[in-house]
Amino acid sequence: MATRLRLLDDAAWVSVNDERAVGTSEVWPVADSFCSCALAWLVVEAYVDVGADGRQVEARAHGHCVSCGEAGTTAWLPVGRVTDDGFSDVTGVRRSRQGSPASACCGEP
Amino acid sequence: MPTDVERWKDEIYGNDIREHLFRFAEEGWDAIPDDEHDEWFERFKWWGLYHQRKGQESYFMMRIGTPNGVLEPGQLRTVAEVADEFARGPVDNPEFGAAYCDWTTRQSIQLHWIKLEDVPDIFEKLEANGLTTQQACGDSWRNIVGCPVAGKDTHEHVDAWPVAEELHETFKGNDEHSNLPRKWKVSVTGCDQGCGQGDINDLAFEPAEKHGEIGFNVRIGGGLARKEPRFARDVDIWVPEEKATDVAAAATRLFDDHGDREDRYNARIKYLVDEWGAEKVRRVLQEDYTDWDLESAGDDLRDQYTYNAGGDEHGDHVGVHEQPDGNYYVGLNVLVGRQGVDDVFELADLADEYGSGEVRLTQRQNVIVTDVPEDDLDDFLAEDLLEDYSPDPHPFMRGSIACTGTEYCSLSIVETKNRQVRYARWLKQNVDVPEGVTDFHIHLSGCTASCAQPQIADVSLRGMKTRKDGDPVEALDVGLGGGLGENPQFADWVEMRVPADEVPGYIQNLLAVYEDQRRDGETFREFIARHDEADLQGLAEPEETSYEDPYMHNTKMTWYPYADEDDMDASPAPTDGDGETISADD
Ligand code: HEM
Ligand code: SF4
Ligand SMILES: [Zn+2]
Repeated sequence: MATRLRLLDDAAWVSVNDERAVGTSEVWPVADSFCSCALAWLVVEAYVDVGADGRQVEARAHGHCVSCGEAGTTAWLPVGRVTDDGFSDVTGVRRSRQGSPASACCGEP
Repeated sequence: MPTDVERWKDEIYGNDIREHLFRFAEEGWDAIPDDEHDEWFERFKWWGLYHQRKGQESYFMMRIGTPNGVLEPGQLRTVAEVADEFARGPVDNPEFGAAYCDWTTRQSIQLHWIKLEDVPDIFEKLEANGLTTQQACGDSWRNIVGCPVAGKDTHEHVDAWPVAEELHETFKGNDEHSNLPRKWKVSVTGCDQGCGQGDINDLAFEPAEKHGEIGFNVRIGGGLARKEPRFARDVDIWVPEEKATDVAAAATRLFDDHGDREDRYNARIKYLVDEWGAEKVRRVLQEDYTDWDLESAGDDLRDQYTYNAGGDEHGDHVGVHEQPDGNYYVGLNVLVGRQGVDDVFELADLADEYGSGEVRLTQRQNVIVTDVPEDDLDDFLAEDLLEDYSPDPHPFMRGSIACTGTEYCSLSIVETKNRQVRYARWLKQNVDVPEGVTDFHIHLSGCTASCAQPQIADVSLRGMKTRKDGDPVEALDVGLGGGLGENPQFADWVEMRVPADEVPGYIQNLLAVYEDQRRDGETFREFIARHDEADLQGLAEPEETSYEDPYMHNTKMTWYPYADEDDMDASPAPTDGDGETISADD
């Protein structure tokens, strides 16, 4: 079954199968981010892209590292998984993988 | 490739959405197919319904557009009745109670916790009283804003109210213009104070004289969102009053044809004006969209603008002011634009008793009671309600504006309205007002969409996050020195990621520096303008004070920030028409 992925309301949130999955305002610990911190604390201000690899949903987010102030866009980061009961968020430190997910969405804001 | 939103709009949009909305209302929330939620919620916006944020599924924010902010006699009571009956959520707001009305920065009304099942009853009641939610949101002609005392103002050169009314009647529900590339915000002003805020709208009509006649100069392409604020550009066009609607239709068609439908970020007309320049906009309007010769701009009145101009102003309409007919209008300050429903009923009663029953909304989230005879003024001013909604408010109360924020909004980064209430109270109690300051503008927006218009305030606050003692906390970016007037100016962003509990201390320190270093008679805006950006950074220090902030944790991760059990999992949503939780396996 194909997963429907969208960015809506000026890319303020990711819709997965017509449900609000993740939004702006979250602060994620991110390893190897765009800033020089070993562990960035990224406040997500908008999403840039969302995609899926099987059941794994990934996104590129735009935001700030709240430790050092650097702003930028992340590589693909896991945001959650599609399960039989709906969407479940990733918690804890996020790490980017190489490459991009197999199916990126249309980049719909 | 067309975006999903454009595809949905192509299928069903505008007036046609209504029958589907009513069908879903009849059948209940569950009747919206699971795989069509996104498309229907996008469409419902056109009818003024905005699905509330995560954790509040099945509840809607509802916006009622009141052109120029005018509520005719009886309409405020209708709004109060709708709020009282239908805008009650599962949990009270600690500052405002169980039901309340928001007066917005575009002279509209916003109610929350609306259930889909109630929409037909609400529409019936509103429409029976001449009110509508049509085009209050969505990609359409939005509510028309303007000088809130149009027709009642001694500063007026053209009575802009009939013009606003004609635009409203022409473009509300008009199928030809119902599916635009993006929102389309219009302002019309006839006074010499600049209180229509035309500079931050997509299309602005401002009074100007030509051939000894007062008509309007046209500006295009203002707006504040997305860290890309623009003032509307002068396109060198003057129209007489009777041509305002024609030129508005021409500009709308131009936007319809040339606005970017491939990329919603780039769709507002401000970006087209960036790309083309004002001259090309004028040329294309003339060649492709008008069949008469456009006149060049007339003499405007911008050098007289006092509204949010930094100096002495009648601008915000708060206080007691004489009308041309010898009656008075009385502007009352509503802190952050939110009023508990009992107070709204009381206000409607007072407007009937002392005035004509008419009430108007301003772009500073305040209300105006019009048509009060001189002989009744003292009695009106002695009413208890005016202790809470003062015609002579403290400068910090007067200047506070806040958007919706994490309470309901899916874009927000931080809590806004209740925080701003606490800021204003603390500042009033603890900070000396610098000599001569009667109105100090502090505008708080939860994100870069800028609904509270932060970039045109003395102190601009915008939602952010930071880390404090190792934990992520709500924070604000701080800007200084914005405002309108003859030479409008956006704020310079000078302090980034200030923890929200250190912002009142920052403002206190900032005002002490201003008091100490200002030159003779220098206004706050002039004082800020005299400094360059480097000097502004570090002009004052953020600081913890006796101010306490109960919303430092990530309020967006709660289902409702003020619930006792605020965990996302504790949310009762989605609920059915009776407010009962709908279980997931149904
Ligand atoms: C794509 C999403 C949004 C964008 C880009 C946006 C942008 C804006 C901007 C720029 C204004 C200020 C008026 C101006 O200067 O032009 C405004 C007004 C406003 N917005 Fe938003 N906004 C968005 C979504 C929301 C949401 C989700 C809510 C609340 C649930 C909201 C509530 C308001 C309110 C209360 C106003 C004031 C007035 C009105 O239009 O009647 N906005 N919006
Ligand atoms: S400024 Fe942002 S947080 Fe505030 S109401 Fe607008 S969209 Fe929501
Ligand atoms: Zn960093």
